[in-house]
Amino acid sequence: MEEKKNIIDLRNISVVFEDGEQVLRDFNLSIRDGEFVTLLGQSGCGKTTTLRVIAGFIEPSAGDVLFDGKKINGVPPYQRPVNTIFQRYALFPHYNVFENIAFGLRLRKVPEAEIRQRVGEMLKFVNLEGFEKRDITKLSGGQQQRVAIARAVINKPKVLLLDEPLAALDLKLRKDMQNELKNIQKQLGITFVYVTHDQEEALSMSDTVVVMNEGTVQQIGTPVDIYNEPQNAFVADFIGESNILDGHMPKDLVAHFAGKDFVCLDKGFAPNEEVDIVIRPEDVDIVPVEQGMLTGLVTGVTFRGVHFEIIVDIEGFKWMIQTTDFSPEGSTVGLHIEPDAIHVMKKSKYSGLYGDFSSYSDEIDQLSELTEEEE
Amino acid sequence: MKQSNLMAKIARAPYILWAAIFIVVPLLIVVYYAFTDSSGSFTLANLAELVQYKETFLLSLWYSLIATFITLLISYPFAFFMSRKGPNAQRMMLLLVMLPMWMNLLIRTYSWMNILERNGIINNLLGMLGIEPLTMIGTGGAVILGMIYNYLPYMILPIYTVMSKIDPLLLEAAEDLGANNLAKLRRVILPLSKPGVISGIAMVFVPSISTFYISQKLGGGKIMLIGDVIERQIQTAYNYNLGAAISLILMILVLLSMAVVNRWAGKDEEGGVIF
Repeated sequence: MEEKKNIIDLRNISVVFEDGEQVLRDFNLSIRDGEFVTLLGQSGCGKTTTLRVIAGFIEPSAGDVLFDGKKINGVPPYQRPVNTIFQRYALFPHYNVFENIAFGLRLRKVPEAEIRQRVGEMLKFVNLEGFEKRDITKLSGGQQQRVAIARAVINKPKVLLLDEPLAALDLKLRKDMQNELKNIQKQLGITFVYVTHDQEEALSMSDTVVVMNEGTVQQIGTPVDIYNEPQNAFVADFIGESNILDGHMPKDLVAHFAGKDFVCLDKGFAPNEEVDIVIRPEDVDIVPVEQGMLTGLVTGVTFRGVHFEIIVDIEGFKWMIQTTDFSPEGSTVGLHIEPDAIHVMKKSKYSGLYGDFSSYSDEIDQLSELTEEEE
Repeated sequence: MKQSNLMAKIARAPYILWAAIFIVVPLLIVVYYAFTDSSGSFTLANLAELVQYKETFLLSLWYSLIATFITLLISYPFAFFMSRKGPNAQRMMLLLVMLPMWMNLLIRTYSWMNILERNGIINNLLGMLGIEPLTMIGTGGAVILGMIYNYLPYMILPIYTVMSKIDPLLLEAAEDLGANNLAKLRRVILPLSKPGVISGIAMVFVPSISTFYISQKLGGGKIMLIGDVIERQIQTAYNYNLGAAISLILMILVLLSMAVVNRWAGKDEEGGVIF
């Protein structure tokens, strides 16, 4: 990626709410011009707060907000060259589609003829031609979403902030809108700061993903890096499925876990340093027992459409393996793990909390997403 | 289907009957009296006689307009800030607004007499400071004050009701799109609170223009409003016909005023009702 200047810098930001709850702790983030950055995390991790700090709705208790290198602490929201797309759209019910989109231009006293022209272009851009006079409340969710996008984008903001903009849409529409948003971002070249708790959304849309937890950054990287090279057990567990095992590094390029030494590609650890080992379920091959590096008993099989999800018990630790080969429950199988499937992480405060599927139920993840509320 | 239609008709019947007996019939009686003389024959003399009350009409209209306007000026910001408070504070403030309404209008007005009269509370206080007593009872100001005090809750409540329904997110969205506080007020809060303002105006203007008690007590007998004239015609002069004629014209005046307000509020897209 070519070097571009930073459009937004958050430096040592802390936010403490009136009730004493600390939402952001010493938070640092730099966003390059034109980048699609996603703040990813569970409810309460501080991602929406970060967005509101950039928009100017929340003044940080400590730290600096820089825009184009200039400090903008204390600048009110209406003077910041950023626009927001809100989770519930927040369209003005007393205005029709045209007036909603024209809102920002009218405030800046743009001549009427130019307003008509730009709103017209914008309606075409979001596929809502002919909707000018429509009542906002009579639009579908997807159409309201488009009006919200048009209303923000027409002001040509340097940065567009999106607060879970697709959360209210159904799955099919959400997928379509993901593509549309990505296209809009490419066409306009505007910096997007996108907040979501949906890791798939984050991975598929972003240039850069910022994984957040408890008001701090856990990892910043490209979607591929975040997935393949998680920095700690929290990230490894939060992004996709992971088997996370205790292990140590006898020497460079060798990892010891599950009672055996494995060849891996990681190095630079102290001799015999305690580590967390991440192995993605899709990176494990099921092989005949005699060829297996490890052998275990199949204790559960779930058909997922594209693949089977198999739980294999190896000396008490339950692995999750995704494979297209069916192995019946109760059978004994061998596991084969390639060196590049092994990812070694330093120990962190999240070590030991995640990554064992012995009490596994992915419904729990989904339920926690359903009950997710606005922060 | 037929059954339920019949049931619905039966269920509606008492209300229609009620409305007919207590709203339509009295109105017809007023019209009848307005167009007849004491012997019951048709005449326009009552309406012709109204010319002499032209100034009273104008004074009533003027006082009630001032009272309505000031009430709106007080109520609007109050209702806005009240609607942005926490739920407990809102309940408390609502209680305080409604508390005076639980007291009888007569008692409230008598209290103001005590406060404003020559030997009243204000003049006593001024006297202690060595200031000459002021004449307040019997001035237009006292009458308008009485109207404002008595009808203030009727302005605050409808405005508060619509204000509390305005999603704070809309204000954030406006601010995000470049609206400062004034623009937020003009382009979001005012248009969205317009219905409350209109009913508030109606609920203050209508009783203000037809009041007789407030003007009698706080006007000290020197200020006569149209409500006083009606009361005198009916209670003292027993001239039901003239009283009815004045009432009829007053009613038409009120209807016209409200039509103007509605028209005014509906036409302007930006939603400025008064401002």
